[in-house]
Amino acid sequence: MLRYLSKKALELVPTFFGITLISFFLIHLTPGRPTDIMSELNPKMTPEARLRLEKYYGLDKPIIVQYGKWLSRLITCDFGESFSQDKRLVWDKIKERLPITVLINVIALILIFLIAIPIGVQCARRPNSLYDNITTIMVFMGLAIPTFWLALILQLVFGVYLGWLPISGIKSLGYEGLSIAGKLFDSAGHLILPILIATFGGLAGLSRYMRSNMLEVLHQEYIMTARAKGLSETVVIYKHALRNALLPVITILGLSIPGLIGGSVIFETIFAIPGMGQLSYMAVMTRDYPLIMALLVIDAFLVLLGNFLADIGYALADPRIRVR
Amino acid sequence: MLKNITENIVWRRFRKNQLAVYGGTVVIALFIVAMAAPFIVPYDPSAIDVASILRPPSFMHPLGTDDLGRDVLSRMMWGARISLAVGFVAVGIATILGVILGALAGYYRSWLESLIMRFADIMLAIPSFFLILTVIAFIGPSMWNIMVVIGVTSWMGVARLVRAEFLSLAEREFVLAAKSIGANNARIMLRHILPNALSPVYVYFILGIAGAILLESALSFLGLGVQPPVPSWGNILASGRENMEIAWWLVTFPGVAIFVTCLSYYLLGEGIREALDPKIK
Repeated sequence: MLRYLSKKALELVPTFFGITLISFFLIHLTPGRPTDIMSELNPKMTPEARLRLEKYYGLDKPIIVQYGKWLSRLITCDFGESFSQDKRLVWDKIKERLPITVLINVIALILIFLIAIPIGVQCARRPNSLYDNITTIMVFMGLAIPTFWLALILQLVFGVYLGWLPISGIKSLGYEGLSIAGKLFDSAGHLILPILIATFGGLAGLSRYMRSNMLEVLHQEYIMTARAKGLSETVVIYKHALRNALLPVITILGLSIPGLIGGSVIFETIFAIPGMGQLSYMAVMTRDYPLIMALLVIDAFLVLLGNFLADIGYALADPRIRVR
Repeated sequence: MLKNITENIVWRRFRKNQLAVYGGTVVIALFIVAMAAPFIVPYDPSAIDVASILRPPSFMHPLGTDDLGRDVLSRMMWGARISLAVGFVAVGIATILGVILGALAGYYRSWLESLIMRFADIMLAIPSFFLILTVIAFIGPSMWNIMVVIGVTSWMGVARLVRAEFLSLAEREFVLAAKSIGANNARIMLRHILPNALSPVYVYFILGIAGAILLESALSFLGLGVQPPVPSWGNILASGRENMEIAWWLVTFPGVAIFVTCLSYYLLGEGIREALDPKIK
């Protein structure tokens, strides 16, 4: 077990460096430099001043040198200084925004698993039945709605017309004066819509995947054996079939993280949530190289972490993998 | 002969799935509208008419007019062309790249396979939406840029599928037979293995188009999609947001169009996937 996991962990190291290499070159070699934006806004910018600026940010050196420097700092978890006006440390900027985004996405991920798995199982029990068709349409509707459109509609309906939920931010105006329970309640209210949006998009993929796994398992002979033994249908489905159908689902954990990160950019912009998604958008629009690189690296790290956790889960669930 | 029989089985299984048939019908209908758009639009989609700004749906303008007095129906029809074009070209690029890389990896194995598949793993671990956002923000959101950037960041799924197919097909007797009569590698790959490896790719292609249309609309929302005045469903929707409270039709119709189109593509793709999958009865 331990050998299997350490092998998996070692495999992630070259992948991680590959990610940093590709991201760095892609971002630094794509036309459109941070200094372009600074000079566009400033009519007094002379070519000399531009060069000075590029030198200040270290952009005048060959890209290999820049990458080497960036990488050597990365090892000590130093992402450098932001290019923006405030010149704050990139890590400080990220640190204050990471928790809220992780919180929303972890809750959404748990909800996705809790909702999608039973849906998939039920659909597989009666394929092409009315229930199956209706839930199929429902989950695909979730996938086919443009996220921001749905977010805007929910914001309009629940926030503006009905007035049940706050429309943006994570705290109400009088937040500081509230009791602890009141604070919790207030935060929860602010987070309902974002969590709903983040959950909605992920349901379809997982429930369909669960459905087809379950269908496949239900056609296998040991299920027939279990039924022939006279076991109740519930035991057959939830004990014999579900275990095997769940196995491949574990791998979805790692694969669903990029989607959640992409979704965060959209819903955090709409609901004005000060998280990683909003920070990503600002970083991209101002071409803040160090910040973009840090965000890409942290996002990729989360994806790899998700993959690794999925490997652990897989090894725990399936003994065949451990001995291989 | 055998091929015809399997095709028949697949078609029969597909036809039994009502949702997929509905999806397919909508997909074809939209395709016709998009192709015929230049001949059937009631108004010039970019003709500004200051006399009729933000008019609700009426007999003259079935879907209303926008903040510049442009006819929303005409813009939507033209937008179908743009949105579908973005979807088709972007996914086309991804599919071609994926098929080539997957075929090379699955056929030649050894270091080439490790190199390509490791590269795919790396690309899969970089959150694609953020990457696409970054690159498009840097190089500018033209229609071509959007198609190419979406294409080159989403080939990994196809590559994996095609590689897996090639791995198993390369072991089969008909490949050995082709080799024994002296067919060269290119011929074996293109004429013998590839046609048998394509069925999962069709499904990917159809599902991918819906994904690309949604992606373009998300980019439009952030101001990085196809740029106005060229109408795409995404940017009609995104620009309707400014007048959302007073002109519901500006956000409703393009939203519904994207929604119905993507739903249809998903149902169609899913139906084809199930019809092709021998494991699901």
